Amino acid sequence: MTNIILDINNLVVSVGKKPGGPKIIDDISIQVRERETLCLVGESGSGKSVTSLTTMGLLPKGTLVPTAGSIKLVGEELLAATDRRLRQLRATQMAMIFQEPMTALNPVVPVGRQIDEVLRAHTSLDAKARKKRILDMMEQVHLPQVERIFASYPHRLSGGQRQRIMIAMALVLEPKLLIADEPTTALDVTTQKQILTLIRELQRDHGTAVLFITHDMGVVAEIADRVAVMRQGRLVETGPLDTVLRNPTMEYTRNLLSAVPSLVPRAARPETKEPVVLEANELSKVYKERAFFGKGREVVAADKVTLTLRKGRTLGIVGESGSGKSTVARCIVRLIDPTSGGVRLAGREIADISRRLLQPHRQKIQIVFQDPYRSLNPRVTVGESIAEGPINYGVAHTEAMKRARELLELVGLPADAVSRYPHQFSGGQRQRIAIARALALDPDVLVADEAVSALDVSVQAQVLDLLDEIQTRLGIAILFITHDLRVAAQICDEVVVMQHGRVVEQGPAAEVLTHPKQAYTKALLDAAPGRGWDFANFRPVAESVGASA
Amino acid sequence: MLGYLLRRILAAVPVMGVVALFVFLLLRLTPGDPAAILAGDNATPERLERIRTSLGLNEPLIVQFITWVNKLLHGDLGTSLISNLPVMKMIGQRVEPSISIALCTIILAVMVAVPLGVIAAWKHGTWIDRFVMGLSVLGFSVPVFVVGYILIQVFAIELRWVPVQGFRSIFNGFGPFFERMILPTCALSFIYIALIARMTRAAMLDVLGEDYVRTARAKGINEVAVMMRHALRNAAVPVITVIGTGFALLISGVVVTESVFNIPGIGRLTVDAVLARDYPVIQAMILLTSLIYVVVNLLIDVAYTLLDPRIRY
Repeated sequence: MTNIILDINNLVVSVGKKPGGPKIIDDISIQVRERETLCLVGESGSGKSVTSLTTMGLLPKGTLVPTAGSIKLVGEELLAATDRRLRQLRATQMAMIFQEPMTALNPVVPVGRQIDEVLRAHTSLDAKARKKRILDMMEQVHLPQVERIFASYPHRLSGGQRQRIMIAMALVLEPKLLIADEPTTALDVTTQKQILTLIRELQRDHGTAVLFITHDMGVVAEIADRVAVMRQGRLVETGPLDTVLRNPTMEYTRNLLSAVPSLVPRAARPETKEPVVLEANELSKVYKERAFFGKGREVVAADKVTLTLRKGRTLGIVGESGSGKSTVARCIVRLIDPTSGGVRLAGREIADISRRLLQPHRQKIQIVFQDPYRSLNPRVTVGESIAEGPINYGVAHTEAMKRARELLELVGLPADAVSRYPHQFSGGQRQRIAIARALALDPDVLVADEAVSALDVSVQAQVLDLLDEIQTRLGIAILFITHDLRVAAQICDEVVVMQHGRVVEQGPAAEVLTHPKQAYTKALLDAAPGRGWDFANFRPVAESVGASA
Repeated sequence: MLGYLLRRILAAVPVMGVVALFVFLLLRLTPGDPAAILAGDNATPERLERIRTSLGLNEPLIVQFITWVNKLLHGDLGTSLISNLPVMKMIGQRVEPSISIALCTIILAVMVAVPLGVIAAWKHGTWIDRFVMGLSVLGFSVPVFVVGYILIQVFAIELRWVPVQGFRSIFNGFGPFFERMILPTCALSFIYIALIARMTRAAMLDVLGEDYVRTARAKGINEVAVMMRHALRNAAVPVITVIGTGFALLISGVVVTESVFNIPGIGRLTVDAVLARDYPVIQAMILLTSLIYVVVNLLIDVAYTLLDPRIRY
């Protein structure tokens, strides 16, 4: 039996100092051993981040307070430690990496100096020795041209490189415990795969215990030795990876696993002869950066993208960040003007007509955005938000409000929600409202731009079901933009794979996602975390293929 | 960086050109005979004619403008109508006191206000924070002359620590200069301390919520380093903006202070010129003030690029 590095026992974290306040963390006990990765899984609000911040002693002072239990790091009680002692332990015994590598580094200090700060605070090495150690650590996290990156500012580096810097910073003093709070969530799948491999590798070399926080079952399957499932501040279930994925004992864990969309595409729907409602023809968008003096810069965000969408079908555009998928969506909806190429909406060319002439056609194409927390005006009631579109097109107010009630029921919300404000709803409910708003204009085409990416898996599954149901009932065509191949596999009839603004591959989802022809599509599928597992059926994919054969 | 500076300086040329044109037209486009306006109501015909010739008013407008700009570029701002002294010389004599007050004020204000703002943000919500904010409300609401007279009463009249008023050039010794500078500087800096402290606190509060501040704490470095190295540098851009514009406003806003402490600065020169309709002096003052604004803005922008590597023009 190897050493227990982190030992959390019956931890309770409450709001405010007074006893009896609401408990954010309620009686949690977990252990992480040397060389072991414990994945803390849960949906948003389950308290997984609070658990990690409590361990690091980084909770916002005065608002959240640990009121009972103990946290021991290699036998030393952390809840009783002074601020000074905690500062000494940070980076030397326990270190943490965060979700957003874009914002977790100080933008005005070169990254090398940011790592150097750790060494200056905790060691008495001289400048030369420190630099040597930093460059060595940067090599270990596989950064290229370490001398150049050492002197670079964060904004000069890619997301993956910044996360490598964070990891280098966390591990430079070889702490016993590494806490990784959703470290790959903001990264593209291919980068995610590299970072996960890197964490594994460094853990093997240094014997670090890793507490890995994630909401993504795919990532869990890739990295965990043991899994702890959390829900609403309580520990639901804990056990070795294989046991939890194969034989979850608790209902909640079963539901969580069942909600994970499968990478195996759903059964293809028969080809239809329905009319084409949306066509993009060699659509291009070039951003020109103009300079005051000298030459400007050109960025080709979308390069001759051609696609076709029929009534009642769903076309997915998949790709990593910067692939141009959102640019294409925004050009099609004419939120931005394409540089060249055509868009035919219900037989009418709309790519280059003026804003005024475009107005009557706007109602035929509507969009749902990624972040339901920001896409609804917080000071306008839900009903008014939904009715605003029809009213703009001349529908009487009472009529539009009546329609708003019907639409809310269509998307599974009570009709009396019309008079409430967006902040009174959860993320999933807000996304339903956003869909109702889009549907209010009876569009032929619904564009969903990463519409389920910000949602928890269980909510995500519900919203996907809703879209499917609406499509069946209204015969609407959906253009679905996503970076998540699992989601694409479950909702799309056809798929367009984009990279660097170009279409790499396109065809029926069942074909493209199971037998990709292009190397990039293969790489993308290969990088999808947990692709070996069929979560919903509690078994590895290999076994299910065997079972069905 | 050098190229950027050069471009910015070049871009300032048209701005100053427009200001010069405006200043030039100010006099020429006022209804009636500019010479009559300049000379005042009781002018004799000879005096009118003299003014006309001296200003070149008999020439075509464009020729007048070229001549005027040409003189301007050679440092000739004309002659005061009241004192008959060259305007350049008059301003030259008055610039030192005003610049001294402005610089001392801004230095004192920054030295006091930035730490206050940082501490208030760090101890956000505690009594220290509320005390600093209360102080800043006071600073905003008490007029400069009230503070000035109170300071004079206490430190010059009752305690006799410093002279009541006046100005001595720094070139005649630091002691007398400093003695006479303390009170006006304190009086004037009150409101700037209030302004800069508030701005610093607000900017710091924004930045303290950022992820990289959490990262810095997770590294186990001490709070002072977290505040100074990580938070303050990122909060600096809005603070620098306020300091810069504050300084530019100071130059034209020192008039009350100069009156209270009887300091012969450009603020009082301007007021006197306006009251006496001494147009050449007014023109020169507008040009000077605009030039200061342009230069200060240039310095602010350069400071941005030094503070934040992401800002590149």
